[in-house]
Amino acid sequence: MSSSLAARRRDAVRSEPMARYERMIEIRVFEDRVKELFAEGLVRGTTHTAQGQEAVALGVASVLEPTDHVVCTYRGHHHALALGLTPETVMAEIMGRRGGSMNGLGGSMHLSDPTVGLLPTMAIVGAGIPIAAGAALTAQVQETGAVAVGLFGDGAANIGAFHEGLNLAAVWRLPVIFVCENNLYGEYTPIAVSTSVTDIASRAASYDMPGVVVDGQDLDTVMGELETAVARARAGEGPTLLEMKTYRYSGHSRADEATYRPQGELEEWQQRDPIDIYGSRLTAANILEQGRGPKLLEQYRERIDEIAKMIVNAPAPEPAEMFRNVYA
Amino acid sequence: MAKLRTRQAISNAIRDEMVRDPRVVLLGEDVGDAAGVFKTSEGLLEEFGPSRVRDTPISEMGFLGAAVGAAATGLRPIVEIMFVEFLGVALDQLITEAAKLHYLSGGGYKVPLVIRASSGAGLGFGAQHSQTFENWMFGAPGLKLAVVSGPQTAYGLLRAAVADDNPVVLLEPRILYAEREEVETGDNAVIPLGTARRLAEGDDLTIVALGSMVKVAMAAAKVADWRADVIDLQTLIPWDSQTVLDSVRMTGRLVTVEEGPATGGWGAVVAARVATDAFAELKDPVTRITCPDVPVPFAEDLERRFLPGPDYVISQVSELLETGRSPQPWWEREGLA
Repeated sequence: MSSSLAARRRDAVRSEPMARYERMIEIRVFEDRVKELFAEGLVRGTTHTAQGQEAVALGVASVLEPTDHVVCTYRGHHHALALGLTPETVMAEIMGRRGGSMNGLGGSMHLSDPTVGLLPTMAIVGAGIPIAAGAALTAQVQETGAVAVGLFGDGAANIGAFHEGLNLAAVWRLPVIFVCENNLYGEYTPIAVSTSVTDIASRAASYDMPGVVVDGQDLDTVMGELETAVARARAGEGPTLLEMKTYRYSGHSRADEATYRPQGELEEWQQRDPIDIYGSRLTAANILEQGRGPKLLEQYRERIDEIAKMIVNAPAPEPAEMFRNVYA
Repeated sequence: MAKLRTRQAISNAIRDEMVRDPRVVLLGEDVGDAAGVFKTSEGLLEEFGPSRVRDTPISEMGFLGAAVGAAATGLRPIVEIMFVEFLGVALDQLITEAAKLHYLSGGGYKVPLVIRASSGAGLGFGAQHSQTFENWMFGAPGLKLAVVSGPQTAYGLLRAAVADDNPVVLLEPRILYAEREEVETGDNAVIPLGTARRLAEGDDLTIVALGSMVKVAMAAAKVADWRADVIDLQTLIPWDSQTVLDSVRMTGRLVTVEEGPATGGWGAVVAARVATDAFAELKDPVTRITCPDVPVPFAEDLERRFLPGPDYVISQVSELLETGRSPQPWWEREGLA
C-alpha cells in the first residue's frame, strides 16, 4: 500500500512543478520537526537533517525514471521523501516504530524502498559510491537503459571508495551520475581543512569524466545539469561528476550546534534559500499565487505535527522482527 | 566423472553457473585474459565475452562495492579476490554493506553475490599472503561462509554459492589448487551450504577439520592406531552443529584441526557448542590442534612447522587418548611461547 503511494508521490514530482515546491516544503518542516523531536528525547541514537539541501533531492527525484537507481547516505531523509517515501513511514522509521519503512529496524540512517529505486541509505562515508557504480553495471550488462545516481557529501571525496568508484565507472563507461552534495563541512570540519581542492568537481579530470560545479540551491539549475548527465549516461557516454554547492542549515548531527561556523555564514546562505528561489520562479510563471508559500508552510507544519504525534504513540516492532530478513 | 584439479573444478563450476544463468558475471583482477593468477577461470572470457568476464583495476573496495550494487539490482556477480588478505581493503563492503543490505531494506533488496578468495599457507608467499581469515567473517550475520577442501568440494560449494540469494564467501586454500581427484559435476554434485560431510568413520574420537586441514586429518586417520570420525565442516556460516554433535555423542571426544592462529579460530566456537550441548557425553577434554599465534613464517621448514601436519595430528590425538588430558601444543611443550 505504502509502496504504490510512494510511487505516486514520486510520479508527482517528476511531472508537476508545484509538487516539487510542496515537497521541498514538506522536507523542510519534516527535518525541523525531527530536530525538535530529538531535542525532546523522542528520537534515539543519531539523526542527520538536511534543511537547506532540498533542491538537490528534488532535482534527483524529478529527473530520474522510476526504473533508475539511487544510492545515498545517512543524511538521506530529504532524498527518501523526495523520491516518494511518505513522511509517515520515514518518521516511524526514525522513531523505531512499527510501520517504518524498515519496520523500525533501520533508523534514521537506513531508509530504503525498492519500488522507487532507493537502495538502503549508507551510513559509511563513501560506501555508496562503488555500489552506485555497480547498479549502473547491471544496467550496462543487461542493457536496461537505466542509470544510477550515487549521492555523497563533500567529506566522501577524500575516502578511497570515491576514487575507486569513479575510476571503475570511467574505465567501464558506466551509466552513473555521481552527485556530491557539498555542504562545506565534513562532520565538524570545514572543507578547506580536509580537502586539497576548492571544487570537488575538479577531481573528475583525474578520471577523464566531465565534472560540473552546480548551484545546488536552484532546483531548475540542478535539474538541468542532471538531465544533461543522465542523457550522457543513457547514451553510453559514461559517468559524470556533479558537485552541488549547498549548505546544511543544521549541524552535522543531533548533538552538533555548528558553533564552528563563521558568524553570518548561515544567514548569507539563507538569502539563497532553495524553497524561496523556486517559489519566486513559480510565482513569476503564474504557477504559485503570491503569498501562498507561507500558508503552505503552515499547512505542512500542522500535518507533520499530526504525523509526529501519531507516531510517538505507535507500537514498537515485535521482537520476532529482528530475526527476519537476515538472510534472503 | 573426470579427473580435475581444484582450479579446474572451480573454472567448471563458474562455467556451469554462467551457462545456467545469464545474470552471472565474473569480476576480478586478471580473471579475463590471464584466466586468474591461479588459473581458476580458464576459457571463460573466450566463452562468455568481456561484458560478463571482466578484468578489474587493482581496487578491491571499488569492484567489490560495484558487485554489491550489481547484485542488489539484478546481476549475480562472482568476485575473485586474488588473495584473501586483499579483502582487508574492502571489508567494509563485505561486512557492513553486502551482509546488511537485505536486512536494511526490510527484505526489499537481495545481494546474490559470491566472493571467492585464495587463502592459507604452504606455498612460501610470506606473512602477508598466507593467512586464512575465516575469523574476519565468522561473526558477520548476513554472510554465508564456506571453505574448499579439494576439487569436489570446490565444485559443489561454488555451485551452491552462486545459486544462493545471499552474499557468500568461498575460501579456497591456495595449497589445494593443484590437487587432483575424480570429480562429479552437474546438478547432483551441488553441496548445500550449511552441511558438513563425514569422510571416515571411527569410534575413538571425532575430528572436525576445515579447508586444507581436511586432507591432513584424513592422512593422519588413515595410518593412526585410533579410529576417528572425520568431518569436513565445509561451511562455517551456517555451520552444521547437528552433524558434529551427533558424532561427538557417539565417540565422546572432539578434536578440531585448524589452519590459523589458536586465538579466535573457528574451532573455539565448535568446542564451546560441544561443551555446552554434549558435556555429559564427553570422555576427554575437547582438544584444538591449531597454528601458533604468530604471523606465517617464510622459511620453508618453519612454514611447514607452523601448519599442523599428519604426524602432529597423530601425536596430539594419541596423547589425548593415552592420558585423558588435552596435550600442550608443540610451541608450549618446547617452551617457545
